[in-house]
Amino acid sequence: MAEVKQGAADSGSVDLFGFLARFAPLIFLVVLMAVFAVLEPRFMSSINLFNVMRQVSITGLLAIGMTFVILTAGIDLSVGSLLAFAGLVAAAVAKGGMQDRFTVGEGGVGYGWELAALAAIAIGIAGGLVQGFSITRLKVPPFVVTLGGMSVFRGAALLFAAGGPISGFEHDFTWWGQGKIGPVPVPVIIFLVCGLLAHIVLRYTRYGRQIYAVGGNPEAARLSGLNVTAIICSVYVIMGFFAGLGSFVLAARLNSAEAVAGTGYELTVIASVVIGGTSLFGGVGTIFGTIIGSILIGVLLNGLVLMNVSSYIQQIIIGVIIVLAVAFDTFAKSRRRKV
Amino acid sequence: MTAAAPPLLKMTGITKSFPGVKALDGVQLEVDRQEIHALLGENGAGKSTLLKILAGAQSPDQGEILFDGKPVTLANPHAAQQLGIVTIYQEFTLAPDMSIAENVFIGREPGRWPFVSWARMAAETEKLTRRIGLERNPMTLVRNLSVAEQQMVEIARALSMDSRVIIMDEPTSALSLAEVEKLFKIVRRLKDEGISIIFVTHRLEEVMEVCDRYTVLRDGRNVGAGSVSDITIDGIIRLMVGREVNALFAQREAAEPGPVALEVKRLTRLRTAQDPHATEIRDVSLHVRRGEILGIAGLVGAGRTETARAIFGADPFDSGEVFVDGAPVTIRTPRDAIAHGIGLVPEDRKLQALFLSQAIRTNVSVAALDRIGRFGIFIDEAKERGLVEEYRKLLNIRMAGPEQAVGNLSGGNQQKVVLARWLALRPKVLIVDEPTRGIDVGAKVEVHNLLFEMARSGIAVIAISSELPEVLSVADRIVTMREGHVTGEMMRADATQEKLMAMMTLGTTSRAA
Repeated sequence: MAEVKQGAADSGSVDLFGFLARFAPLIFLVVLMAVFAVLEPRFMSSINLFNVMRQVSITGLLAIGMTFVILTAGIDLSVGSLLAFAGLVAAAVAKGGMQDRFTVGEGGVGYGWELAALAAIAIGIAGGLVQGFSITRLKVPPFVVTLGGMSVFRGAALLFAAGGPISGFEHDFTWWGQGKIGPVPVPVIIFLVCGLLAHIVLRYTRYGRQIYAVGGNPEAARLSGLNVTAIICSVYVIMGFFAGLGSFVLAARLNSAEAVAGTGYELTVIASVVIGGTSLFGGVGTIFGTIIGSILIGVLLNGLVLMNVSSYIQQIIIGVIIVLAVAFDTFAKSRRRKV
Repeated sequence: MTAAAPPLLKMTGITKSFPGVKALDGVQLEVDRQEIHALLGENGAGKSTLLKILAGAQSPDQGEILFDGKPVTLANPHAAQQLGIVTIYQEFTLAPDMSIAENVFIGREPGRWPFVSWARMAAETEKLTRRIGLERNPMTLVRNLSVAEQQMVEIARALSMDSRVIIMDEPTSALSLAEVEKLFKIVRRLKDEGISIIFVTHRLEEVMEVCDRYTVLRDGRNVGAGSVSDITIDGIIRLMVGREVNALFAQREAAEPGPVALEVKRLTRLRTAQDPHATEIRDVSLHVRRGEILGIAGLVGAGRTETARAIFGADPFDSGEVFVDGAPVTIRTPRDAIAHGIGLVPEDRKLQALFLSQAIRTNVSVAALDRIGRFGIFIDEAKERGLVEEYRKLLNIRMAGPEQAVGNLSGGNQQKVVLARWLALRPKVLIVDEPTRGIDVGAKVEVHNLLFEMARSGIAVIAISSELPEVLSVADRIVTMREGHVTGEMMRADATQEKLMAMMTLGTTSRAA
């Protein structure tokens, strides 16, 4: 029948386009690395590459969480602030209080890295839960809730820190940010393991499937019997979890937590996710794409630093890239519509 | 009008290809002055492409367009409008939060630039709306108009552009019967005023009633054209489908129905302050037995869809009781309904049912994930593919493969995907709201046969339809509604279109045994 033929032909051309759309970030990443390798020999050194990956791992963790949020057509602008607040709490727990801010606590003074990590994650989850609740129950758009959250958590962090950083942790703590297993930095391992787990959740579980459904068409999802409210709330909790985990790893890497940590992360993180092919309209995207997107941004920033490009210009470039990525997504969406 | 005058619009040899498919192949269309011309064909026959070319939204690869005897190129929508060719799409293009007048004159506001003369705009709008019988203050927001009234605003806008040809794409699909009659009156008046109309519809009775001539397309080619008075509905259907369809719809042998599967008593849903335009339902009581198809007939706004949505938990209801298999149940959300074995195929499959950019596979399985689960949380993709394959065969879904995006399917196949989703849940009760809206004749018959098959397998089916012939051929028993009330009930054997229409419009509570 004619309509079958038409469907088959269309899906063929879509597949080609879909293929390009899917692998565009990876191709772009390879090209970018090749360019930097030619322009700046230091770029390809293994020290530098591991360094890039270590930097990427923090925003990458946040980007994994953000992928869940954006898949439901939501957004979370509060990640940087929440990360700062959770990091300070973790630091205070690790040091056993706020008195001894700058020296390495000797055995028995603090509560250990385990409780510190737990505290960071708990703060993150709590922050995500409150925001998720505001979005689903109070019916305030995610943009507004998390814009508010951005201010609230930053304020909480500043209040908590009372103006100064908390630094100097035990080796057990800093190992999570500075240590290595073989040649591979620990944060990179955390990032990739989390990425793998998130990939499994999104790709192979019922919950993951429901996230795509809610993002693709919330009304259809509701009428198919999905608990849309709970699913939307849950992605902000997941985002909060990753903000908490990220804050712990960041504090460990810098051996310090401060209230201004993570400023501007929301842009980097959202850019990573969108460049990785996740649609801001919801329902389309992969963790694989997000990981590539995160690395892409990391490589770009690192390459620019090596080439002595001013950090102001880097900001401009990130801004332009995020707009271009969304423009591409909009184009891809209209393309999907047409066929 | 002399016999020598050329037709107002003549398209010849129109060919248009898209990657992998020839949408139009040497098509011709001739529309006379003061003519209502029906453009007919199944979905995918090429009507939409032809309309887009006429609207200037797409250019043909080959072919000639003569307007008033002169060759023209419709390079863009503006060029088409300049000539007086205006299209009214199935989905209206009005801005809901602007007034009637603003919508009519959008982009062409009268007044001295940059200022808008509101008085003139209102006065001219009123002149236009009066002409077609829309008695509304021109400053009324379009949001507050009924669908029929919004359509009249679209027509007023077309008139304000001094149109000579108005193209109406499925203008009656969202209208009640009374509104359709009113539209026909307007269309006839426009014709008397010298305007030609191209009328695209799936409802062939309407063609017989209002159109002068017809053109039928099939697979991008002309398969017939002529005077409506020289052809029957069956004749048109033969041309459209290229095969005999015995009567319009299949009939089935009424089976002996089983015990009552679903009963609702005194279901009531009133308007709320948040939703002052909602259709109310009051004291709706009905039941459906296993293996039975209950039809609900009613005009637009009668509360059929609202009843279905309330039963399914899609909208909250104020009072009433629902019984499944005789036991009272509490339904607050669609999840509750599904847990009690009730499914709903909603009236708008694209907005309410499908995940258009996602694969057929995930669209079929989304509600039945626990049936294809592994260890409670994972999805067994082999089982999932098996499920899709099972229903592809059962429902004869024509698709390239399970990974094809559902948005690429034809309307009929999309509807089958939605049906597959619910059948995969093995429901006790399945409510189908406008199951064949916007799908072509061949697929309609298939969907009807599927409903019969479901009833035979013991499912209690509630079928809601605006098309009386459909209700009459599908349902074993028919309940009519009007303004939120149940107004009557009839066995199919006793029902005729006339009797049902009377119960739908007059509200007599006749109960035939």
